[in-house]
Parts: sequence; structure tokens; C-alpha cells
Amino acid sequence: MSPRAHIFVFLVTVGALVFILRLVRRRQLRAKYAMLWVSVGSVLAVLATFPVLANRAATLAGVDYQPAALLFGAVAFLFLLVVHFSWELSRLEDRSRTVAEELAMLRHRLEQVEGSDGTDDETTSPPARTPEPGSAQSD
Amino acid sequence: MSAADETRSDRLLVIIPAFNEEASLPAVLDELYATLPAIDVVVIDDGSLDRTADVARAGGAAALRLPYNLGIGGALRTGFRYGVDHGYRRAVQFDADGQHDPGEVAALVRPLADGADLVIGSRFADAESDYEVGRVRRRAMRVLGITVRVLSGQVFTDTSSGFRAFGPDALDLFARSYPAEYMESVEALVMACASGLRVAEVPVRMRTRAGGQPSTRSFRLAYHYVRLLLVVLVTKRRAPLREATP
Repeated sequence: MSPRAHIFVFLVTVGALVFILRLVRRRQLRAKYAMLWVSVGSVLAVLATFPVLANRAATLAGVDYQPAALLFGAVAFLFLLVVHFSWELSRLEDRSRTVAEELAMLRHRLEQVEGSDGTDDETTSPPARTPEPGSAQSD
Repeated sequence: MSAADETRSDRLLVIIPAFNEEASLPAVLDELYATLPAIDVVVIDDGSLDRTADVARAGGAAALRLPYNLGIGGALRTGFRYGVDHGYRRAVQFDADGQHDPGEVAALVRPLADGADLVIGSRFADAESDYEVGRVRRRAMRVLGITVRVLSGQVFTDTSSGFRAFGPDALDLFARSYPAEYMESVEALVMACASGLRVAEVPVRMRTRAGGQPSTRSFRLAYHYVRLLLVVLVTKRRAPLREATP
């Protein structure tokens, strides 16, 4: 690697690390993701400073063409991360659905309580087939 | 509250998921109450932009307003949870667009008394049925029927019918988990079979949809069919919630 490219890669990596640390300090990242990205950033910074390390690791793993090892590592890492996000997203969707349902039921309960002044429980039951006072007779 | 629960345990809850149905809902509610005296109706307003909830309330139903659109599956689960929370032991799923005939509800509910947990109103079980569906849709429905038959060991002529009755065990199961995505009715049927619920099917007559087109294009149908196939295969391997009764 030419010295100029070396410096460029190093600066980009350090920039990314600073960006992550700023996000963490503003508490815009959950701690678990902060830890993940800080460690990834640190590893990248070390590798950018001493590219020899990456080559040596690749040779140790038995890879003849060293850049391939780096690319493989990157793809595998990103793949796992995206799968994890899909999982998390499914879980969040499930939870927001439950919250929406709960909200609908609470809203209904509130309307009942307000409509009957909360005096008699019997009058709050749904079967009463009389229009509630709130619903205006437009026709 | 327990006195109210006591009476509700014999009453039938009609669950109507509704999305922008202010036009058809009043007539549907009127016909329901006129045909079936001893029912309670809950309308789940699935994030409608019109006055669906107001119309439902004015028509004498309980109206649950969801803050945003969850789809039929989400609206239904809300209805099941409402039913379980309020002590109902029987419920019927009913369409807001006038497709279902209140006169058929009694026939739909009858098998519950004989021990069925879930009753499906089939548009095709009866030879005299005159319900029309498109060619692609009909073919997709047939393939689904075969798939469900292979995996559940039970024969259903109409796996995607949205006209269904639920007993206490089915209500409990579906209040906890009911599929959320499109064609959720098929998925729910598979879930019921996998959980060892007794599923019955009765022929019902249905009207052709009053307004609007069934919102399905063939590629969308294909996508959901593949998704469903996957769900079905996975469901089969889940441990049953309870042993199937012999």
C-alpha cells in the first residue's frame, strides 16, 4: 500500500470511530450496539494502522489471497448483523401490535367509563343498544 | 363484574373487523341485531380514515379503535382478546361489507355445542352454493386446500373463508396468537389443527361482495402462497399446545 493510501484509510477509519463515539455520547445508540460498533471500529483502526496484521491473520487461516479473507470476514459479519436486525424487527413489530391492541381496548374502556360516569358497572357493558350520548344524531 | 360475566358466558360475541366501512356497516349491524336477538357485537376499527367507529357505536356495537392499520389478522386478535377479557365463550367472525348472511350464524354456531372448537363456514361445501370467484383465485384456493389437507390430515373445502365460529379453546388460542399477515385465515386454520383443536366445516351461502374488488393480484397471491407454505411447514413441526383428542 502506498503511504498516501495508508494515511487515507487510517483517516476514514478514525473518522468512523469518532462518529460512533459521538452517537454513543449523545445516547442515540443503545449500549449493546455502541459496544459492537466501537469494537468493530477499533479493530478496523488497528488493521488500518498495521495492514501487516491482516495479511498475517489470513496466512495463518490458510488463505492464499489475503484480501479475500478480509472480504469474507466483512460479508459474514454484515450477514449475521442483518439477520439479527430482521429478528429484532419482527419482535418489535409483534410488540407494537400488542401495544396497539391494548390501546384500542383501553380507549374503549375509557369511553365507557366517561359515558356512564363510572357509577354502575352494569351500564358499562357493551350490549346496550342505545346510541351513546356522544354520538350526535345527524339524520 | 362476575354477574355480568355469568350472562356473557352464554352470549355470542360477533367480531367484525372493519377498515373504512362506514357505508356498509349500519345495514350489516341492523340486519345482525334483527336476525339474532341475543348477541353482542364488537367492531374493530382497523385504523379507518372515515367514521367507521362512530357508525359502529351509533349502530349499537362496541367499537374498538386501533391507532393504525394492523390488517385483518391484527383486528381479529384484538376482537378475540376483547372476547376473552369479557368472559365470552363463543364468538363469530363476521364481515363488515355485507358478504355474510346473519341468517347463517345459527348454523355456523351449532357444531360448537357438539364439541367443535372452530367452525368454518364453507362457500363450496354445498353443491347449491353459487358463490363466484375468479379463476386464479379459485385455483389458488384449491392448492391451499390440498396443502392443508396433507399437513393437517383433515379435509376442508374452503380454507380461506372469513366466516367462522370459535369455541372457548379456540378463543383462548387466538387471543394469545393470531397470524397478522395476508391470508391469515388459512394460517389460523393450520394453527388450530396443529394445536389439536377440533375443526368442523359447515356449508353456508354467501353473497357476492357488495362493493369493491377482492384486492388480490395473481403475483401477490403467489407470493403469499409461498409464504404460507413456509409457515405451514414450520407450524407442523412446532410442538402442539395440547394433545389432539382421539
